[in-house]
This record gives sequence, structure tokens and C-alpha cells, in this order.
Amino acid sequence: MILIGERINGMFKDIREAILNKDPEPVRYWAKRQYENCASYLDVNTGPTVEAKDQPAVMEWLVKIAQEAAPLPCCIDSTNPEAIEAGLAAHKGKAMINSTSADQWKMDIYMPMAAKYSAALIGLAMNEKGVPKSAADRAALAMEIVVNADANGIPMEDLYIDPLVLPCNVAQEHGPEALEALRQIKMLADPSPRTTMGLSNISQRCNNRHLLNRTFLIMSMACGLDSAIADVEDQELLDAVAAANIMLNKDIYCDSFLKTFRQR
Amino acid sequence: MPVTIAKERWTSKVGELVLGTEPNTVKIGGESTLPFLHFEGEMPNRPQVALEVWDMEPAGWPEILTAPYAGVLNDPVAWAKKCVEYGADLVCLTMISAHPDNKNTSPAECAKTAKAVADAVDVPLIILGCGVEEKDAQVLEAVAEALAGKNCLLGCATPENYKTITAACMVHGHNIIASSPLDINLEKQLNILITEMNLSADRIVIDPSVGALGYGIEYAYSIMERTRIGALTGDKMMAMPVICLVGQEVWKTKEAKSSAEEAPEWGEQAKRAILWEVITSATFAQAGGSLFVMRHPDSLKQFRVHIDKMMESNAY
Repeated sequence: MILIGERINGMFKDIREAILNKDPEPVRYWAKRQYENCASYLDVNTGPTVEAKDQPAVMEWLVKIAQEAAPLPCCIDSTNPEAIEAGLAAHKGKAMINSTSADQWKMDIYMPMAAKYSAALIGLAMNEKGVPKSAADRAALAMEIVVNADANGIPMEDLYIDPLVLPCNVAQEHGPEALEALRQIKMLADPSPRTTMGLSNISQRCNNRHLLNRTFLIMSMACGLDSAIADVEDQELLDAVAAANIMLNKDIYCDSFLKTFRQR
Repeated sequence: MPVTIAKERWTSKVGELVLGTEPNTVKIGGESTLPFLHFEGEMPNRPQVALEVWDMEPAGWPEILTAPYAGVLNDPVAWAKKCVEYGADLVCLTMISAHPDNKNTSPAECAKTAKAVADAVDVPLIILGCGVEEKDAQVLEAVAEALAGKNCLLGCATPENYKTITAACMVHGHNIIASSPLDINLEKQLNILITEMNLSADRIVIDPSVGALGYGIEYAYSIMERTRIGALTGDKMMAMPVICLVGQEVWKTKEAKSSAEEAPEWGEQAKRAILWEVITSATFAQAGGSLFVMRHPDSLKQFRVHIDKMMESNAY
């Protein structure tokens, strides 16, 4: 399971203020801390309060500070292509782009960008019409992303398709559809594309968020989930992933499996 | 239509381990590919072969096995020299006499024998205990001290006695064999326990307790394969070279021990017994064995020819 730490995001107050005050400390803190908690990528997002024209500079700053603090690649998270490109240009190693949708005009921007920087790319199984209702519609959009990635020479192991997860209180019927979509996405190509999700979405404005998050993560792993953008502070989530890795025979069992999962 | 060579892209590799002291070192491990798939990764060190020496004259060895060591079987120093003459990369000295059912030799006496052998040959040494866990801890502790700085390989450590042996290896600069009874979970756990004592992972060799051809070879084979795949896919607690104690298993089998008169349907004993040891070893070489402890010099010779051939690059 490739965990993408969600915490360096301007939606959180401390990061928003860090960006505002040009104070690198909170960014460094979360980079290190998420590294220690098994993150393989650091999601970096300027947040909605940064104006579009400032986003490229802020993204560049976030990427540099995060990579100085922890030896991890970043998952550059923005809806602004200029901010993403600025992040990629400042990035060392193999970055991840978060994200494109299945809209052709977006894929035409982000696919060549991923190819140019040899970055991984998250593709959301949705388009301007919104999030599809059924698993089949999600898989159909995923197929369009797969075809476009192939045409742009992006290897399948660099493509992460997100079946789209919605809060389970207001969009409960989407849960099983997203799980079924994961199964279908894994069959779209050989080697198969990878899969990811913004896990915390499943529990937005719900009670017992940690429980909901880890339950859905484990169910998703059984359906072929390779990666998730998640709260890696959540130790019970990490324990559950370690246990699922064992039960899916991805890691060799030993009595210290919780500890070995946390070792790099 | 052209054929594309399918090459796995492994993300990690087996740790490399050095035995002995300069200039007579032997290196094992370091593979970044499945055994002998030179086209998709590196196999920097060929499998190395040790011949076994006992610290007392063996009873019950078939004549075909004692013949090449005639005259030296009650002298471990002379026996060890003979092994080097026969081309062994290492000598494996087994302290079989320490067993309470044998001579119950004291740790100090074992240490003396080990020292004498170490001084007589310049190849690296593997020192094995008698198999009684409690006794082996004492024996190997004394041996480790007597051979301080010689960078030997000591074993076999089990969950019962690893603490003493690990501590002795750390203090006196040796490497350890972590032994598990054909169980990959215990194999991994023991490696973790040993590294938790701060012995570095690149000083551990895995002993999966291999069986001989016809006597459970396939259990060890699949465990070794899984171990190698674990190492190549980034499991650090599986990324140790594997030792195969082949001789001791092969020479227990009736196929190796029975004469042509006793088992006429199996043909000539000399041919059959040697082949039993060679084929068991060749099988484990395919499963990812790095260090082979054999008994018969002819087996060593034939196995070496096989390995030399397998080490020729098949890169495209």
C-alpha cells in the first residue's frame, strides 16, 4: 500500500498560516512526521485561499521545503496546471500529479506534462458531468484515461486511477460502486493501472471518522487498491493496513508484522 | 514481429556478506535478480561451497564418504587441510563431539579445536554446534572468543539460543546463521529478533533447514523462493543470503547410504550417492541458495562445474 500523506494542505489552518507568513516550520514538521508514519508521498496543496496567480510560487515553495525536510517525493495537488508545472519543475525525483479527470481538455494538459517530467499521474474517474453513479460508468471513464495515458507513453505503473469516493452519510450508495469499480479498473490493462483514492472523503462530516476510514480502506485493498491519500497520523489505520498486507499475502507474516510494516 | 524480452524490474536485492579476513575472503549474496537470471539483474557472487569437518571421527558414515578422507578423520586440522586441497571455498567445522550423547566436549575444548583449525587453513570458517540448543550457545560463545576478529560464520542460532550467540558474534566480529524449521514466518521473526539486538542485517545468513532430494526438498525449495522474492521486492528481513546444509541431510538418506548389494535396483552406489548430493545442491541453487555445505569432494567438483556453467551470462 502506497500511502500519500494528506497533511500539507492549505485547507488545514496551520499550513494556511504557514503559507501566509512564509513560515516553513509547519511544512517541515508535517513532512518529517508523515515520513516517520510510513508515507511514501507527501501530498502538497496550496489550499483554496491562495490566489490563482500566486499558486505556482506557493507550490514551488511548498515542494522545496517538504523535500528538504523528508526524503520523499511529492504528490502535487492542484486544479491549476501552472501551479502543478511549477511544482514539477522544483521537484527532485519522481513526482506524482494530482490530478486529471477524464475530460479530454484536461488529459491533453496533464498527460504530456506527466510524460515530460516522468511523473506519476492520478486520473479521476469522472468528468464535467460529475461523479458517475455506477461502477460501470466509472470504469468507462477509467478506460478513457488508460487509453490516453498509453497514447502519451505513460506506463501503467505510473497511472493511478481514483474511482472517486464520496461521503458515506450523504452518498451511501456510492461505496459499493467505488469498490466494484476498483475491481474493474484492475482488469482494464495488463499490466494493470494502479489505483488510489482520497480516503478521508468517505467520512466527511460523519461520526467515528477513523473507524469509517480504515474499514473502507481495508475493503478497498481487498478490491485491488494500491494507494491512498490518507491521514497517516492515524496509527490504527497503519495497523489495519499492515494486517491487510499480511492477509493479502503482500508481506510475509511474522509476529512483529506491525513493526516491520513501519520500518523503511 | 519482434520478441520483447520480458524483464522484471526488482526494486531491492539480497544483502552482501563477507566471510573471513583479507586476503582470503569469500563473498556471498548481493543478488538483484532471481537465481541465474543474469539478463534482468546482477548475481555478483557465485554460490560458494564448504566441505564439512567433524571434531571427532564420524561413526556410521558410508565407506564411500569416508574413503576420500582416509587417515584424517580423527584429526580435524588435517581433515580441514584436506578439504582445502579438494577445493572447498570454506571449511565447515561441526562440533559434533559436544553433543551430550557423544563426548559432551567442553566449550573450552571446542574453542581449542576451532582455533587449531583456523590457524591451519586460510579459507573462511563456518562453525556449527552439535544441534543441542543450550549446549551450542555455550560452545559457540567460547568459539567466538577464541576466533575473535576472524569474521567466521557461527550457527545455528534458534529462538531458544540466539541471544547468547548474537551477543558473541557482535563482540567478537562474527556472522550468524539464523535457523528455522522450514517455516518462513519463524525465519523472518528470528531475523527481526537478531537485528533488534543491533547485529546488522548484513551479518545474518538464513538456514531454512533444507531437506534432501526425496525427503521434503520441495518444502525448502518453495520457502527459499519466497524468501528471494521477498528480498527482491523490498522485505529487508528476508534479504539475507541462504545457507543450505546439504551434506548432513543427503548422507542420511538410504539412497546415499545403501550399497549396490543392498539395493540392486538403484544401481551403483558411488554414482547414485554423489548425484544425490549434487542434485540436491543444484536444486537449491535454483531456489536461491548462496552457501552450500557438502561432504563429498566429488560432489563439490561436479556441483562446481554446474555452477560455473550457470554463472555464464545469459544477458540478451
